[in-house]
Amino acid sequence: MFEAILTPVVIVGIIGLLAGVGLAVAAIVMAVPVDRKAQAIKEALPGANCGACGYSGCEGYAKALSEGTAPAGLCSPGGAQVAREIASILGTAPAAVEYKTALVRCNGTNRNTGTKMEYDGLKSCAAASMFFGGTGKCSYGCVGYGDCVAACEYGAIRICDGVAVVNPALCRGCNKCVTVCPKHIIELVSAQAASVVRCRNQDKGGETRKQCSVGCIGCMRCVKACEFDAVHVKNFLASVDYDKCTGCGKCNEVCPVGCISMLKVQEIQENTAANEAAVS
Amino acid sequence: MQMAITILISGILTDNFVLSKFLGICPFLGVSKKTNTAAGMSAAVIFVMLIATLVTYPIYAWLLVPQGLDYLQTIVFILVIAALVQLVEIALRKFLPPLYNSLGIYLPLITTNCAVLGVTILNFDNNYTYGEAILNAFGAGVGFLLAMVIFAGVREKLEGCDIPESLKGLPITLVAASLVSLSFLGFQGLAEGLFQ
Repeated sequence: MFEAILTPVVIVGIIGLLAGVGLAVAAIVMAVPVDRKAQAIKEALPGANCGACGYSGCEGYAKALSEGTAPAGLCSPGGAQVAREIASILGTAPAAVEYKTALVRCNGTNRNTGTKMEYDGLKSCAAASMFFGGTGKCSYGCVGYGDCVAACEYGAIRICDGVAVVNPALCRGCNKCVTVCPKHIIELVSAQAASVVRCRNQDKGGETRKQCSVGCIGCMRCVKACEFDAVHVKNFLASVDYDKCTGCGKCNEVCPVGCISMLKVQEIQENTAANEAAVS
Repeated sequence: MQMAITILISGILTDNFVLSKFLGICPFLGVSKKTNTAAGMSAAVIFVMLIATLVTYPIYAWLLVPQGLDYLQTIVFILVIAALVQLVEIALRKFLPPLYNSLGIYLPLITTNCAVLGVTILNFDNNYTYGEAILNAFGAGVGFLLAMVIFAGVREKLEGCDIPESLKGLPITLVAASLVSLSFLGFQGLAEGLFQ
């Protein structure tokens, strides 16, 4: 009678004890040293895992920072405050953050372009663009159902007159809208970028003119006007080499359709950052 | 050989753990949103099912049964599997960091998964030998993988559909799961009929 209770208790007890001791020993023998610095940096980072820094999420960037293989100041969403925190953990001077902002390379508002069909399907850019390339006349342009608006965690994008518009004061350059846009018309640009082409249409000039009144027709005037070899036309579409652009504005003046314009976000962002610092 | 093929086919298709026995439903519904994560989770399940069978079979057959303690099966198996998975996790982190990173959170998640416990217990209900039990564990794991990947594919397609408001989320997922499960009923009798 007594044995019937004792045997199972002893056997389960021994198995449990063996498992416990085995785990404890294994934890000591096979311990992996935890990088405390990387841990601290990871906690300082925003934790959005957006990939704007070019690493596999915040953890990857924290690890690279603690090993000294990554330059500081790549965290654009974190901004100046995170840069200061990282600097204090690493014991270095805070690095200047290169502000980035999302740029919608389309200006095809309802007035500038039109629709080619009555679309009654799912109200999302991904679905609409699968259906004959979207509702707009231009198959390269903004679909306007706001997939990017839904993806933005900072409320920096809204659909205005059929085109997504980024508010640079709120945009943290996290890259989420860039990945979600089915037309790939959003790109991250450095806030210093001066002239930008707000068009992605790669059709021939005549075709483009039929589709949109502000589409790039590839007339090469901006290329000739640029003194710094910063504007190039490829596939009937002009694009600016932001490293070379000085922001002289000559290409803006000669553009017959007005699709090149200045991007003045740096001052807006700096003002915002200064305000944030004053508040915190 | 014939027995081995029968065990594998019944584990993968006819007696699929998820779709016929309804074991391991929580990862089936929880981690099946993307094909990648579904496949990662299933790889971890196959791995854990194999090592769990490797260890629990001897304990049951050579320790519990001779002592007349087979009623302790469930509690001892849970204890042993949980400890084992923890041990494997520690070892993986030390010796195979890439595998550890890719299995990630799924390894500890499935320590007490009912599909893993189910395969170890059902091994004895079917009177399998040690070798057959290991084969059965592998088959069950592959069956889990198949169910997960198929269902993840179905759910990815669902994302682009115009679903009625009241069915959005879990309801339509359960409807889809039952339809996938129904389709697996078509395999009924395949394992037994194969060699007749």
